[in-house]
Amino acid sequence: MDPSRYDIEGLDIAWCPGCGNFSILRALKLALSRLDILPRDLVIVSGIGQAAKTPHYLRTHVFNGLHGRALPPATAIKTVNPGLTVIVESGDGDMYGEGGNHLLHAIRRNPDITCLVHDNMVYGLTKGQASPTSRPGFKTPVQVGGVFEEPFNPVALAVAMGASFVARALATDIERTADVIVRAVRHRGFSLVDILQPCVSFNKLNTLDWFREHTRELPGGYDPGDRMAAMRTALEEDLALGVIFQREGRPAFEEQTGIYGLDPTPLPFRAEDRGPGLTAVMRNKR
Amino acid sequence: MSADRTDISIVLCGEAGQGIQTVENVLVRLLKRSGFHVFATKEYMSRIRGGVNSTVIRAGGERVRAYSERIDLLLPLGRGGLRHLARRISAETVLAGEPEHLEGDVPGARLEVPLKRLAAEAGSKAPVNMAALGVAAGLLALEGEVVARVIRETFSGKDQAQVEANVVAAAKGAEAGRNLVRGGFFRPPPFRAVNDVSEEIVLSGAEAVGLGALAGGCDFLSSYPMSPSTGVMTFLAGRAKDFGVVVEQAEDEISAVNMALGAWYAGGRAMVTTSGGGFALMVEGLSLAGMLESPLVIHVGQRPGPATGLPTRTEQADLEFVLRAGHGEFPRVILAPGTLEEGFDLTRRAFDTADRYQIPVFILSDQYFMDSLYNLPPFDVAGGPPERRFVRTAKDYRRYALTPDGVSPRGIPGFGEGLVSVDSDEHDEEGHITEDLKLRKVMVEKRLRKGAAAAGAAVAPRWTGPAEAKDVVVSWGSTGPIIEEALGVLGRRDAAHLHFAQVHPLHADAGALLRRARRRVCVEGNATGQFRRLLEAASGVSIEHGILKYDGLPFSVEEVAEGLGGLLDGGG
Repeated sequence: MDPSRYDIEGLDIAWCPGCGNFSILRALKLALSRLDILPRDLVIVSGIGQAAKTPHYLRTHVFNGLHGRALPPATAIKTVNPGLTVIVESGDGDMYGEGGNHLLHAIRRNPDITCLVHDNMVYGLTKGQASPTSRPGFKTPVQVGGVFEEPFNPVALAVAMGASFVARALATDIERTADVIVRAVRHRGFSLVDILQPCVSFNKLNTLDWFREHTRELPGGYDPGDRMAAMRTALEEDLALGVIFQREGRPAFEEQTGIYGLDPTPLPFRAEDRGPGLTAVMRNKR
Repeated sequence: MSADRTDISIVLCGEAGQGIQTVENVLVRLLKRSGFHVFATKEYMSRIRGGVNSTVIRAGGERVRAYSERIDLLLPLGRGGLRHLARRISAETVLAGEPEHLEGDVPGARLEVPLKRLAAEAGSKAPVNMAALGVAAGLLALEGEVVARVIRETFSGKDQAQVEANVVAAAKGAEAGRNLVRGGFFRPPPFRAVNDVSEEIVLSGAEAVGLGALAGGCDFLSSYPMSPSTGVMTFLAGRAKDFGVVVEQAEDEISAVNMALGAWYAGGRAMVTTSGGGFALMVEGLSLAGMLESPLVIHVGQRPGPATGLPTRTEQADLEFVLRAGHGEFPRVILAPGTLEEGFDLTRRAFDTADRYQIPVFILSDQYFMDSLYNLPPFDVAGGPPERRFVRTAKDYRRYALTPDGVSPRGIPGFGEGLVSVDSDEHDEEGHITEDLKLRKVMVEKRLRKGAAAAGAAVAPRWTGPAEAKDVVVSWGSTGPIIEEALGVLGRRDAAHLHFAQVHPLHADAGALLRRARRRVCVEGNATGQFRRLLEAASGVSIEHGILKYDGLPFSVEEVAEGLGGLLDGGG
């Protein structure tokens, strides 16, 4: 399918010129076209932040909710109608700061959704404060003495929790990012993709050059099914790019709810008369 | 017990973990099966073991639907029970139980029954609480065969030897009870229910709300456990597979409410159940419902605050909180069931109201309502599945299309050719972010128009008593049946009762109804008269008096009768 299928004409995009988000948007459209997903079958869920504006910039169904809260509605949407492809678009502040607890529990639930986190190690929309992934020493108008906290390591966290798909990409490498997104969406279960991205307006430390110096490709013959190797990779100083961990066969949340065992019809399209069932429940209360 | 009584009030008390709840459960069914109207409610401490908890069971010849302080028969299962209940024990109270549990400086006739020995005689597995249940059955002259049958039914599926030990212990207790009756130490109630109650059902408030949710088409519940609202979650979880309901225990209330909004967006019918503290965490999500124009059903079972407050007690102090919660301006509906029928009907209705106007709808109950149970005729569940109000979208679909009543046809993803975009930011008709300030004004007004439409469909307050009254007693939510009985006790022909099952927006007749009386009293379970204030502001009618309670316990019939008696006789 042609990626232009997702284009919206006459858009006024709120991102800064040169923002890594443009590359991620292109990679996303490329991936969706390769996956042959029609806009009418795709829901993109987001919270708040510059990354969270992504769904407004392509043809798709949109649920643009609250800061940090994209995963709970995304999980529910997939559960209520498993026929939809559900992708979450989030940033490092939105997903790893405000929404951290939901990330932990989405990993535990394992709904068949894809979570793309635009990680530029800084808060853009609120103008340049530190984010959970900011590196120590990073000075901002709020962290005036420099960040001293240990940076949040989303990949190590996800591997430790047994997430079923964990990957990292560099936004500027559109082709590889698209490839990782394709694999993430195809994976049955929860997929986390941390997408490194420079912020041209507010992060003068983690520039594109910095990312090029501090990232590396996974070695040939790397086995993403080896959890211990994945953990070692996740804890390395250099940021590994690619599919770091993948665990097949873990049932998805929506399958585990038990409501699709006998009847695969998505909830909205069921029209069962509950009268007889309710009468039976009440009979037991006599 | 005086001869003119039409009900007997039985109280069980003991420590948490002694099985009072089990006795309540069996005894209520047993009494109903024996032809009584029944009512039960409990008060308990926030602990898993120890402390003192009690449950009151009223068995009547007529319907009983309210908490009474009176104790006709008290069965303490441990020490400390008498001191805990001292205020409610009178010279007419009969106390039956283990001699050491009857010691204490309280009035009342003592009937010593060696419960422990009776249980021991019934076998090593036989519990004392089942012996106590038997004593109650014997004193009330219930048939032994029915006692055994109800015990076997209640524990069906449990360890067979244990169930039989329960039956034997109850039989031993019943024998002791019957002997006391034969000896003239206790007179069983001479009445039975006037009408046949055998086809009626016994439900708690939590179950009535749960049944209403199922009847309203609920297919998704996401919540975090919190007393006293968890009963709704457990009820639905137990029936989730049969009815096709997703029941998910969320990591927190923030997740719960956001899940529910996602579920509605995709075409589900979702609810959350919580209490004040949990709802506090949902407030941003409530505001999101307002902005997304999403339907949402929120059950808030109130308990005393602020903060953790009294986790297992009751109060009606979150009305203003629920009314004002959420930043920004958007419409909502607040329903407050008083009877179990209202618990069922209003919850069912909440789903349709939420769907019709695309707004959040509250069921505002409390611990007393959740934990009280009584018999009632089964609900009418005919009429087929509820209407789902989402539409098939066309290619040029706009989620927030402007309409005269503010309600835009609601599409869902994957149903039709259109794209469905909902946005927490101010948005245009298509649902995309806008900072067009003219459009902002249009959208605010669109959202508020839905509130006006919903107000036109408000549940009317219920007036009982003379059409023109000297006084009218106003209630909302769970206090309704208590006031009804209290007014009956007072026997005032010049006083009416006005009960509000919808507290926001108020029905257009509220003011006219209040003006029908010369004087108005509002009875409610909080310290500042929240509903009184709300009613005065909305109707422009002054409510002259308030009777308030905020010690964590429900109003009792006696308390309301005394308070009202003093006020109504006070002239004016």
